Amino acid sequence: MKNLTFAAGLLTASAALADTPVLTVYAPDYFASEWGPGPSIEAAFEASCDCDLQFKTGDVLGRIILEGTRTDADAVIGLNTDITKKARETGLFAPHGQDVAKLTLPLDWTDEVFLPFNYSHTAFIYNTESLPNAPQSFDELLAADDSLSLVIQDPRSSISGLALVLWVKSVYGDRAESVWEQLAPKILTVTKGWSESYGLFTDGEADMVLSYTTSPAYHIVAEGDLTKKAAIFPEGHYFMVELAAKIAGTDNPELADAFLAFILTDTFQNLIPTGNWSLPAALPVPEWPEAFQELPLPEKVLFYSEDEAADLRAETIEEWRRALSK
Amino acid sequence: MAPRAVQIIAGAALAAFVIAPLAAVWAKAGPAVRFGPAEWAALRFTLLQAALSAALSVLLAIPLARALARSRFWGRDVTIMLLGAPFILPVIVAVLGLIAIFGQNGLLNDGLRALGFEPLSIYGLQGVLLAHVFFNLPLATRMILLGWMSLPSERIRLGQSLGLGAMARFYLIEWPMIRRILPSAFAVIFVICLSSFAVALTLGGGPKATTIELAIYQAFRFEFDFATAALLGLVQLFLSVSAAGVALWLAGHDRLGIGLDRPAPAALRPLSERCIDAGVILGAMLFLILPLALLFIKGAAGVPDLGAPVWFAALRSLALALGATLLCLCFALPLATRWGELIATLGIAVSPLVLGTGLFLIVRPYVNPFDVALGVTLCVNALMSLPFALRILRPEVQAVEQNFSHLSAALGLGAWGWFRWVMLPRLRRPLGFAAGLTAALSMGDLGVIALFGDAERATLPLKLYQLMGSYRMDQAAAAAVLLLALSLGLFWLFDRVGRYGAQD
Repeated sequence: MKNLTFAAGLLTASAALADTPVLTVYAPDYFASEWGPGPSIEAAFEASCDCDLQFKTGDVLGRIILEGTRTDADAVIGLNTDITKKARETGLFAPHGQDVAKLTLPLDWTDEVFLPFNYSHTAFIYNTESLPNAPQSFDELLAADDSLSLVIQDPRSSISGLALVLWVKSVYGDRAESVWEQLAPKILTVTKGWSESYGLFTDGEADMVLSYTTSPAYHIVAEGDLTKKAAIFPEGHYFMVELAAKIAGTDNPELADAFLAFILTDTFQNLIPTGNWSLPAALPVPEWPEAFQELPLPEKVLFYSEDEAADLRAETIEEWRRALSK
Repeated sequence: MAPRAVQIIAGAALAAFVIAPLAAVWAKAGPAVRFGPAEWAALRFTLLQAALSAALSVLLAIPLARALARSRFWGRDVTIMLLGAPFILPVIVAVLGLIAIFGQNGLLNDGLRALGFEPLSIYGLQGVLLAHVFFNLPLATRMILLGWMSLPSERIRLGQSLGLGAMARFYLIEWPMIRRILPSAFAVIFVICLSSFAVALTLGGGPKATTIELAIYQAFRFEFDFATAALLGLVQLFLSVSAAGVALWLAGHDRLGIGLDRPAPAALRPLSERCIDAGVILGAMLFLILPLALLFIKGAAGVPDLGAPVWFAALRSLALALGATLLCLCFALPLATRWGELIATLGIAVSPLVLGTGLFLIVRPYVNPFDVALGVTLCVNALMSLPFALRILRPEVQAVEQNFSHLSAALGLGAWGWFRWVMLPRLRRPLGFAAGLTAALSMGDLGVIALFGDAERATLPLKLYQLMGSYRMDQAAAAAVLLLALSLGLFWLFDRVGRYGAQD
């Protein structure tokens, strides 16, 4: 009987939903899973919009490109700068129309199509107990003994891996390939994605892992573990930003606009730090959670525009591949 | 066995299910195709590692299957089942298990350092081969073991009464059976390893270990270059079908003839032989079970704390696995022929990424892909298990036909009577094994759900990846234990049903 009541409740609920407008937002899997910020963002937005926000997960841009103008999406969230050029060229996205003056990013953001919602930087994370004398600069990392072991991600299959080769390029320019040759003996292995690398690191297989400056926050907040630290290099760290955008052909332009506007509100921005373990794109530092305020962050932030990054991509990946294949 | 029309329809449906998605991706492709030095290097490495992995797996499987077939000891059934576990694990989980043993700070290197030796590195071609043998030795062993079980006990008795030595017995009785099974086992493992990616890269230690599958992933997910993805998919398909074709051509028929279906007697064997067998089995157990035991220890405590969404995902995965098993067997029985086996190889010959994307393009104009995500995943899981199911069933089906068709013709048995009284009783064991394998594989496969899935349709493997992707490595370890337990449970159940009442 209890089950019947439950089923009846569900039926009534879905009948009620049929009348409310649905806003479909494509998002990466990690964003919309119950361990990501998706569910709380959904609840917060639905409280104000009288609509049904549905995240559809998967490879966001890949699906948009396959679907073209027939896409069901009204908006997307979770794009990275390495694919914004491809995304822009599809002509499927509309200007976001939001006031970017609210942004609190460490660099100027003038893009009219892609709207940042959180950011971080590439960094090598280490355990202060097993590696008390971690390198304090990129040069020190290069000069470190070859017994120091790193796990990184493959730039051909992972966004953070790609950010790493661009990071090395932006620090060392033409010397990038010889830098990779110096790093090669320290690189224990290369993984397909971030999860595999981070799993190896937390299992104690490697001394340092390529991750983000915000990674220690998870360990501090969720585990009370203060031993994981990001090595901050004075040469600068590569900027990683996640973006949202509106689909030009959406049937719900007002709702999509409302969602993009919602992204810049304090409500949304406050859900980011401990939801996506990343830094809010439009929230002054004093309003960040304490653990995030105290995170060591780089003073110098490196970033290539999407055109520069697109031009450098094939070359930097090939330098990386050649140096590590020797 | 089945009427010819059913065989042809099943075969055509299967081929269409693989070829159509590939064509759909190709049709979406622009003109430019990239096949540069990096792709050639990837092709070379892919072939090298797949050939070596398959060769090592089948060569090591022969002594292991032989030892298992000849030995009788307490816990033998459980041992055989546990030895099959690595094959059905999600790769990322198994890799972490292997690293717990063979990694920089694994048990092996801790031991070596304690004894004053230099630590060994797992990262490189050796690591790729180690992992592939770890995954596929169980499959090869079970396939060959089934062959051993099917040796007519009358021949073995005859050999014993003639006083055949070990060499003569191997050459006269065992070798013809091995020759029948080996090429097929080699081919199927070769094809599996062709599409290896995450394992090859992680344990290969870097871009030297780049496979074609990585190039496909790169083309799809990063460059949206469908032409290159489709071309590389075709290359994989061509290599797989060639390997399967060569295997079929090499596999001869054995001429051991018919027996009375009675189990082979456990003969008194010399102590030295028994010691060797015990050593082989013990070594294999250490290699195959220890990494899993470490995973189990790491994650077991966290299982009760896994939240409701994980348990729901587990239920969804169970239902999916049972559905895929049913569908797979429905296709496997009519296709249990040499040609069927060749066609079924298509199921693992095409990259899941190409398959998933192609299916997406095909269903997209008619339905919302999200609504059919679980159905599509079920079909793809059934398809991907079919080659294994067929390799288990086909030799037995053919042996039964060869040995009993005259008799049943003489008795005038109809198609149903033939199936019910002659075929089915003799297929119990392989059917149970094939069903168990399909269910377990389907349970552990991330598959195309990753391309279509959303929160309401997530399977257990997808949950595991989501946990890892959000820093929750401990919970991921617990989810891995749950997955391992459920996969093994399904496998055990079907295998048990298959053996229930079989004379063993």
